[in-house]
Amino acid sequence: MPTDVERWKSETYGNEIREHLLEFAEQGWESIPEDERDAWFERFKWWGLYHQRAGQESYFMMRIGTPNGVLEPGQLHVVADIADEYARGPAENPEFGAAYCDWTTRQSIQLHWIRLEDVPEIFERLEANGLSTQQACGDSWRNVVGCPVAGKDRHEFVDALPVAMDLHETFKGNDDHTNLPRKWKVSVTGCREGCGQGDINDLAFEPAEKDGRRGFNVRVGGGLARNEPRLARDIDVFVEPDAVEAVAGGLSALFREYGDREDRYAARSKFLVDEWGADEVRRVLQAEFVDRELETAGEDLREEYTYNAGRVGSGTDDRPAGGHDDHPADGHGDRPAGGHNDHVGVHEQADGNYYVGVNVLVGRMGVEDVRELADLAAEYGSGEVRLTQRQNVLVTDVPESELDALLAEPLLEDYSPDPNPFMRGSIACTGTEFCSLSIVETKNRQVRYARWLAENVDLPADVSEFHVHLSGCTASCAQPQIADVSLRGMKTRKDGEPVEALDIGLGGGLGADPRFAEWVEQRVPADEVPGAIATLIDRFRERREDGEGFRAFIERTESEGDLETLIEPSETSYEDPYMHNTKTTWYPYADEDGMDASPAPARADGTPLAGDD
Amino acid sequence: MALSVRTLDDGAWVSVADERRTGASELWRVTGVCGCPIAEFVVEGVTDVAVDGRTVAAETYGRCITCGRSTTTGPIPVGRVLEGRYEPIDRNAVRRPVGASSTV
Repeated sequence: MPTDVERWKSETYGNEIREHLLEFAEQGWESIPEDERDAWFERFKWWGLYHQRAGQESYFMMRIGTPNGVLEPGQLHVVADIADEYARGPAENPEFGAAYCDWTTRQSIQLHWIRLEDVPEIFERLEANGLSTQQACGDSWRNVVGCPVAGKDRHEFVDALPVAMDLHETFKGNDDHTNLPRKWKVSVTGCREGCGQGDINDLAFEPAEKDGRRGFNVRVGGGLARNEPRLARDIDVFVEPDAVEAVAGGLSALFREYGDREDRYAARSKFLVDEWGADEVRRVLQAEFVDRELETAGEDLREEYTYNAGRVGSGTDDRPAGGHDDHPADGHGDRPAGGHNDHVGVHEQADGNYYVGVNVLVGRMGVEDVRELADLAAEYGSGEVRLTQRQNVLVTDVPESELDALLAEPLLEDYSPDPNPFMRGSIACTGTEFCSLSIVETKNRQVRYARWLAENVDLPADVSEFHVHLSGCTASCAQPQIADVSLRGMKTRKDGEPVEALDIGLGGGLGADPRFAEWVEQRVPADEVPGAIATLIDRFRERREDGEGFRAFIERTESEGDLETLIEPSETSYEDPYMHNTKTTWYPYADEDGMDASPAPARADGTPLAGDD
Repeated sequence: MALSVRTLDDGAWVSVADERRTGASELWRVTGVCGCPIAEFVVEGVTDVAVDGRTVAAETYGRCITCGRSTTTGPIPVGRVLEGRYEPIDRNAVRRPVGASSTV
């Protein structure tokens, strides 16, 4: 029997939702019939609006899809202005203020506390500036991700940017692909370092060469959610750039026709690939969904992948003043000798200009900082900025002559291109602040973790990068399974009281030999996690072999059966203000945070609507 | 009038009459989901919900924080329909999966 969601989708879905959305917005929140709210909130996701959690009724998260993370000149100013004017709720966040922007792990933008009544004006302003929320959520093509310096990377194997942009243009608002069984995440990678993270996407195009022609190999069925992580499977197909659209459309149609619409928990493409196997996916794709003869896979570059790999990275700086170049050619054409683990730092582009990757702790910036960053991008670069899958921002197209002045700007003291490794490596999802699924508070906690670790823990001198990903639940939006230290929300009892806790995993990463973290310790009270990481680093320092990187150390320790000896939770000077059940608050940081004090739902002007709940 | 019950937001909520009533991250006391006499069960997600007589019961996945066992469950009561109105089960009640010898 079809699910309610499938029934709602069969009635109204895709582009046609918009006219209803705008009508409700015109008439106000209360105009949505009470017995239709579940259906409409589900549909609104397709237009990037996600109803915030209990206690925050009538407020929405708005996601803006920026393909490949590219914000063209001027667009960041628009986002800052919209966030400043519309993304203000009834309470402030103690770390980030009253209005802020989130950069997501899928190179998108999230704003919170959006009121339905403001949506038409926000849409108008976004769309007048080439931005959109279309298909940012819902059962459809999500934001297409890729290497954030596609088209600018001087070691790029194939220019993936036009391919990613073509997929965005073709499959956004495309009625044939509007209503899929579940979300459909696509990655296009053209660089040598694997920055598109294709392995964790439903559909991945990865750089490859066949008979002297450069293009992409195709993988299908990756994803991290619900304790069922999968790496995308190789379906033995090579495509040249001009054939990507046809094959992507074929695979999307295959998922549309054969994906599970009766059980949303088994609907993601990874389960279809589990059931069929890669060979059958290829056979059905060829037989039913593409006209051209599929070519067998070419030679890939996966052995060169370094991005988010947990291996030793190449540092942060290859500007001329640094006196060295971290990516010298090594005698194999344009192959870099050492790839990067992220995009933080100063790096030369193919055109001789530079991009400056600034670290945004947990991916959140207050609107004044966003506006100032947009100003700096316009003053020193082309005005373009790009978002990375590690929740950071790149200012691109900076001439060498402008680098020193940009790097001297005060804003870059807070958003550093050369940050402490714990600040640099921190990723966090939305958490109980707004999210319905999350079990624990995340962003503010990870900010506090990173600061404490930076002040109290020294990594070995030759380890410049260390990734700690905190995800509030098994949905894995912070990609916890591919970090050096993986943190996942749970609960436990401490001193007899239920408290927020985290599972701790170790040694995950992508790169040439991707692997998911091994969950080593469960239900560690959240205030004992920094102590556990401090002990872990001590033991890494004591027990590592010469020059051994963290991930290699974990793999060796695991093979010796000693992984559990690395984690020893303990209280330290770290203090955690979010140990109570933050999900039972209407907002975890409000002075009066109980559900009874919630000002939601509210009218357009923010005054509470009495008696709704 | 029959109340509509469904899961919402990919298992985050049990919705009753288009109102989010119970959901992920709650800590339930449940019998019969692990070896503990009474599990302290963190609901990580709701996979299905239905009305059985007067009882609204949800199938879930989650973990007992006493023994650490992760599991999926059969229907566990979350509320009752009394005179057409939904009454949630007390947060501290001991819940027994539907089909066991009795319910709360």
